[in-house]
Amino acid sequence: MINVTINNINVAVEPGSTILDAAKQVGIHIPTLCHLDLHDISMVNKVGTCRVCMVEVAGRRALAPSCSTAVTEGMVIHTNTQRAVRARRTVVELLLSNHPSDCLICAKNRTCDLQTLAADLGVREIRYQGVHSKHPKDTSSYSLVRDPNKCILCRRCETMCNDVQTVGVYSAVNRGFETVISTAFDNPLLDTSCTFCGQCASVCPTGALTFVNDIPNVWGVLNDPDKFVIVQTAPAVRVALGEEFGLPVGTRVTGKMVSALRRLGFDKVMDTDFAADLTIMEEASELIHRLQNGGPLPILTSCCPAWVKFIEHQFPELLEIPSTCKSPHEMFGAVAKTYLAEKLGIDPKKIVVVSVMPCLAKKYEANRSELSEKEYQNVDYVISTRELAAMVREAGLTFNELPDEDFDSPFGESTGASVIFGTTGGVIEAAVRTANAWLTKSDSGKVDFEELRGMKGVRVATVEVAGTKLNIAIANGLGNARKLLEDVRDKKAEYHAIEIMACPGGCVGGGGQPTHHNDYSIIKRRANALFEEDREKPIRMSHLNPDIQRLYDEFLDAPYSEKAHHLLHTTYSKREL
Amino acid sequence: MSKIKSLDELKNLQQSVQGATELRVKFEQGSGKYRKHILVCGGTGCMSSESNEIHAKIQEELNSRGLGEQIQVIKTGCFGFCEQGPIVKVFPDDIFYVKVTLNDVNELIESVDKSETIERLLYHTPETNEPVTRHDQIPFYKSQQRIALRNCGIINPEDINDYISLGGYQALGKALTEISREDVIKLIKDSGLRGRGGAGVSTGFKWEMAYRSDGDKKYVICNADEGDPGAFMDRSILEGDPNSVLEAMAICGYAIGSNEGVIYIRAEYPLAVERLKIAIKQAEEKGLLGEGIFGTDFSFKVSLSLGAGAFVCGEETALMNSVQGLRGEPRMKPPFPAQAGLWNKPSNVNNVETWANIPQIIINGADWFKSIGTEKSAGTKVFALAGQINNVGLVEVPMGIPLRDIIYEVGGGVRGGKAFKAVQTGGPSGGCIPASQLDLKIDYDSLQSVGSMMGSGGMIVMDENDCMVNIAKYYLEFTVEESCGKCTPCRVGNRRLLEILEKITKGNGTEQDLQELKDLSEVIQDASLCALGQTAPNPVLSTLKYFYDEYLAHVRDKKCPSGKCVDLLKYIVDPEKCIGCSICAKNCPVSCISGELKGKYTIDSEKCVKCGVCFGKCPKKAIVRQ
Repeated sequence: MINVTINNINVAVEPGSTILDAAKQVGIHIPTLCHLDLHDISMVNKVGTCRVCMVEVAGRRALAPSCSTAVTEGMVIHTNTQRAVRARRTVVELLLSNHPSDCLICAKNRTCDLQTLAADLGVREIRYQGVHSKHPKDTSSYSLVRDPNKCILCRRCETMCNDVQTVGVYSAVNRGFETVISTAFDNPLLDTSCTFCGQCASVCPTGALTFVNDIPNVWGVLNDPDKFVIVQTAPAVRVALGEEFGLPVGTRVTGKMVSALRRLGFDKVMDTDFAADLTIMEEASELIHRLQNGGPLPILTSCCPAWVKFIEHQFPELLEIPSTCKSPHEMFGAVAKTYLAEKLGIDPKKIVVVSVMPCLAKKYEANRSELSEKEYQNVDYVISTRELAAMVREAGLTFNELPDEDFDSPFGESTGASVIFGTTGGVIEAAVRTANAWLTKSDSGKVDFEELRGMKGVRVATVEVAGTKLNIAIANGLGNARKLLEDVRDKKAEYHAIEIMACPGGCVGGGGQPTHHNDYSIIKRRANALFEEDREKPIRMSHLNPDIQRLYDEFLDAPYSEKAHHLLHTTYSKREL
Repeated sequence: MSKIKSLDELKNLQQSVQGATELRVKFEQGSGKYRKHILVCGGTGCMSSESNEIHAKIQEELNSRGLGEQIQVIKTGCFGFCEQGPIVKVFPDDIFYVKVTLNDVNELIESVDKSETIERLLYHTPETNEPVTRHDQIPFYKSQQRIALRNCGIINPEDINDYISLGGYQALGKALTEISREDVIKLIKDSGLRGRGGAGVSTGFKWEMAYRSDGDKKYVICNADEGDPGAFMDRSILEGDPNSVLEAMAICGYAIGSNEGVIYIRAEYPLAVERLKIAIKQAEEKGLLGEGIFGTDFSFKVSLSLGAGAFVCGEETALMNSVQGLRGEPRMKPPFPAQAGLWNKPSNVNNVETWANIPQIIINGADWFKSIGTEKSAGTKVFALAGQINNVGLVEVPMGIPLRDIIYEVGGGVRGGKAFKAVQTGGPSGGCIPASQLDLKIDYDSLQSVGSMMGSGGMIVMDENDCMVNIAKYYLEFTVEESCGKCTPCRVGNRRLLEILEKITKGNGTEQDLQELKDLSEVIQDASLCALGQTAPNPVLSTLKYFYDEYLAHVRDKKCPSGKCVDLLKYIVDPEKCIGCSICAKNCPVSCISGELKGKYTIDSEKCVKCGVCFGKCPKKAIVRQ
């Protein structure tokens, strides 16, 4: 242990601790801005760029950044001297002197770290006036909005995109005051290898990286009497939405969410979980088909659009191995505008499908040309969990006092298997449940595949299914996915099935979820809530969902049938790096 | 070419080639082939004044006159007296010619042939206009003591034999065969040598740290990213004596346990790059670099890494990022380069001038080096004199020399006989030292004590006509331009400092602004990530400290006492003196002067662009600048 003194308090800390860690241990909060340390996903941004956390260390000529200065034996630290506080305030004023003052209308209003810091430090004037950076806003993509004028160059997005996700879209370019985080050749995001996972936006402390706002579009169709608007909600939304309304992390608000959506004016409130069960029918069939017909193996799950775009850019030579299944909400759209339209007797062109997703890549996915019919897209609009919360607030609904209501039929029924789609390992566990039942021809077999659960970036497990040992790998986070894919490409490992989710923790940690404010335990608690819901569900295997069975009986013939192929499967294509 | 396998073989080679330089150092023909040597400066400064062409023409004329076998013309490195370039020296007569032109070549050859002196090409002392023949009698050279520049202007930098003839590579041979690695480090530590590139950290201490770091691979790095405006000591050493740096790097490689050296040099030094390439090739051919040097098991290779010319890449961690192909941004320290440097391996970075001192310390010992200079700053320092000084050029003086001696003796005083106002030392992030400090004995610590620093050794002299607010602004423009943009205080803070200075020089400043300048400067010093940011406000703080009255005049009276701040200037016609000749009106480029012939003219200040043309043209000095 290393002994240090902070503000005259003696404390012994682990070797390798920073001054910031040591201060936390004695209850001293040193404000930070660029610093980010998400141990669990190996995301550490210790670049020391913002210079907000400066403290005095005895014997040093200049101040030290507490976030990136390791303690040494006998170090004497003062965090709140006039000199340290002056530096801290000045730095914040300097940042504000080159920052738009449009907080009132900023997408990050009330969730902006810079705004909070300025308030905490009681900044009441900006002594420095001068030129502001002027960079064009990038609104090219369907998912993300980049406003470099709000960037404070904390470099978190760079670390996230380059080191954690290994996508490598962002880099600082130019120098001095002209420095800006940009893409290669300043290309608009849409023309880059960005996967739209949105993790950059979830760690951005300011309004520099935000998401495309689809709320006006949704209000538009809700108020259009000629449109029949069906909403579907992804599993991860119901365990995070409550956070926006002050409920404890991990609170399941499924019933309140359904009644809120109904009050917002949606004609049908349905569940993407239903479509997740449908996905399992197709994907488990595909897995069995490939197992019995000599591959290709491994099969890769294809629910995550960011991951799909990643493989299209980064591993085009492997494009024959992902499952051809559309993602659940796209399957939902496909059957909603055919089977359901027919059932309801409504012209599919009048039906609008809105997805509420924890994900920003889904906004982009909804616009993929493969995911459309001649006259319409499978899904028309995607809003994130945060956008739904904003709509609820805008409509004046007192969310916490809403009654619990049930989803509409027929696409409202779901199983425990579909619920866990929202967390890492959940999709593959759901598929294994059904595959196991089918191959053993018994529905009373194993349901809980604990060996597939957990939050580790890469997990490998062998699962026995009807006497066959299946090697299964799971990755969450694209950097981890890259490692797995390299092994597959180089034939260093043999797997039967691989599940990949682009966001750390899976969809519960999606870019469209309420800000986790750098507390990774929030993501774990959301995942736990999904497994809780799974346990409470009367039906826990997708193929036992009665609405699914009816859908196949009445419309799709059989899993993996030609009709199912046409509606529920898709193709991939190579994309440039 | 056979490889040298031992120190004795090297000494034998020295014997056999020493005739090459005997004329130049012993003033006798000795075993050499030629009876005369004509040395032409091949430094960048003289080359821009046609020294290359002069060299070629001398060679051509010698050949056509059949003197090519008797008289040798040699291109050397920089002599330092750039103000007087192109410089040509004649040996063994030891004649120092200045401002030589192509037209002088024929006469020059005739005089060399007949051992005569051309008086008009000699340097003439400004005070007495007396000609001086020998360079060591010229005041510019009198107080100089050359260690780092010892071979510049003497040897042909493109011929390793010239270097060997003067004892080159014997330090490496001695270190490898006679001194333990630990003792090499102790020797450098004991010598008191401090880094010549900026911070002045003990070189031996850095070597020791790198020596103590464990690593399967270590790097020796030469920082040749000289970026201070007006500084060219590193360039001159590399152009004039590249082998001294290679030899030193190999010595360090042996001491710290590294077999690979990298020279990070800016691409805008093409001549230095070329000469380094030649030197590396020749050293490899002789086995002085490569595998099993001097028959030992020590191997060392050196490669070049060209920088694109970002000032911040002179900061050692940014330099290493740049070598690795990353953005040239400083890293957090610790870890220091000695712990995790290039490619995260233990690395030792020293600046060119530091390297150039090393072989001499190995040969002459720590005590010899320590005896030069001051107690805490041993040895000499090369300074680049520039600005309003008579003898612009490169000088090497012992540490501890009074500033006054550098300015007035070596530098020949202020140009045009004007009053000395200040000298800016340490490059753009140094401070301005006023006349009251002229007796300051120059070393690392004394410069810091007056708010400046040694830096790489730039010295820019300002005279009574310079506006110190404007000077501070000029330097800040440089650092703002060169900031990497990584940390807030440097990126935004220095920009805001500059904006306040701009406001003041435009006449819009207030006394409150002066307080803001000081406060903000202090925070930038305190909170920036690297030395660039931490020192950038030095010009502001030092001018605020020593020239506060000038700032006050700008903000309180809206006047620039030295008339440099154009926005604070006003030209008016003194009606008492005006004779109505109309010359001012005819020459005014914006036609803002009106009047009638033989009447009184007036200037419309609204339209006036303050170009000063009328001020210069008026035959009666009737235009007044306020």
